Amino acid sequence: MDIELMVSSFPKLLGATVITLKLLSVSLVIGLFIGLIFAILRLNKNIFINRFAYGYSYIFRGTPLLVQIFIIYFGLGQIEYLRSTVLWVILKEPYWCAIIAFALNTGAYTSEILRSAFQTIKPGLIEAGKSLGISNKIIFYKIQIPIAIRQSLPAYGNEIILMMKGTSLASTVTLMDLTGVAKYIISTTFKPVEVFIVAGGIYLFMTFIIHNAIKYLEKKYSFN
Amino acid sequence: MNILKKTIFSVLASLLIIGNVYASDKIKIGTEGAYPPWNSKDASGKLIGFEVELAWSLCRYMGKQCTIVEQDWDGMIPALIMRKFDAIMAGMSITAERQKAISFSQGYADEVASLAVMKGSDLEGMNTPEGVNLTLGGSSVNKALKTLTGALAGKTVCTQTATIHQNFLESGDVGKINLRTYKTQDEVNLDLASGRCDVALAAAVAFTDYAEKSGKPVVLVGPTFSGGAFGNGVGVGIRKDDTELLKAFNKAINQARKNGDISRIATKWFGFDASM
Repeated sequence: MDIELMVSSFPKLLGATVITLKLLSVSLVIGLFIGLIFAILRLNKNIFINRFAYGYSYIFRGTPLLVQIFIIYFGLGQIEYLRSTVLWVILKEPYWCAIIAFALNTGAYTSEILRSAFQTIKPGLIEAGKSLGISNKIIFYKIQIPIAIRQSLPAYGNEIILMMKGTSLASTVTLMDLTGVAKYIISTTFKPVEVFIVAGGIYLFMTFIIHNAIKYLEKKYSFN
Repeated sequence: MNILKKTIFSVLASLLIIGNVYASDKIKIGTEGAYPPWNSKDASGKLIGFEVELAWSLCRYMGKQCTIVEQDWDGMIPALIMRKFDAIMAGMSITAERQKAISFSQGYADEVASLAVMKGSDLEGMNTPEGVNLTLGGSSVNKALKTLTGALAGKTVCTQTATIHQNFLESGDVGKINLRTYKTQDEVNLDLASGRCDVALAAAVAFTDYAEKSGKPVVLVGPTFSGGAFGNGVGVGIRKDDTELLKAFNKAINQARKNGDISRIATKWFGFDASM
């Protein structure tokens, strides 16, 4: 064990954690937005809209995140037509390719989490609102959404943690995130065990924070 | 407690058995399988290339039974140290940095590095000498590096991770560039063709091989590089404590060179004699 290497690589890895957190937060925000829209589309009675939303979540939950990021980064980069469009400004950058892949992936899972949360709301609550003469819109915003968010907290907390670990794939498209920098240090020191232990420790610490933050929110908004 | 004892015993026993396997006449050689023409894979997934053929030849001279195994480039040296195989033949140049971790046999082949761009790039027609040897140095080398520093300023330069090419680009010899590193040379080629990279650095043959196979208009620019950060030729990487195997490889390389085997195999794969 090369303790000295572990100590000296710690600040470098901590610096790279900033990129990891940036990737995570930006893709979670976009993903939550996508997830909410698609959860609502899933509940739509129109079969085409419903199927479209289902197809999206089926594809992105049914394929590995690594494959998705490769298709978006290397795959789309091969289409010559695309390179002449304005889209290329975004797709040229590895950072945005990673964000797109992560956001679409977490969006698919989030839509399923929210959909099931919407469906667990007892019909009685909505009927009670109706009997008080509250409009459907207000019922949706003031009753259904808050309850759905509370219901989905435990599952969504897991999704955040999964996504946090998923950001390590950003290193496969040249981004120097926590895993990317760890690999870089290994490529000059040839000591993978020490460096990955430190990197793993940082990931574990982030999981610890996320886990407890979600636990706190669950308690705060508990129904009891 | 009994279970704990049993577990410890069985772990130790299995370690002893593993240790013994390595003492035999069988050796494993690690290669990347993604750096043509040095080493690559054919359509059926079989390992081919200069080093694969050379490895078989060297094994015959050593009288050892060899298996060639695949290993990702960025984990090559750690995998050797952790005994996943016993020797590296993967286009790995002999550098002082790597020699801190492993030993190298004498060099068996050498070739120059070069920058490459897509046809039509503004980097074409750079005014530099044909070849730059960083070990020799001198005013013409300094002048060439100055020209390169100016031409590459602010450009996205791509290369494979953990290579002599990355070392050179990070050495400061070409000033401040936007360096991007990839896991494999294939990915470097893809992003050079897509335009994400303005310019790429690798072994010159890696680019000419790609241009030939893909039909993409990849052209070499600037000088060819050797010496300095580019190391002293390509050799067999061996664990530091494996002195017997190192001797055997050095002897086999001598024999193969004398009999013209290295030249013959190199000419077959490179199109020119890259042996040394």
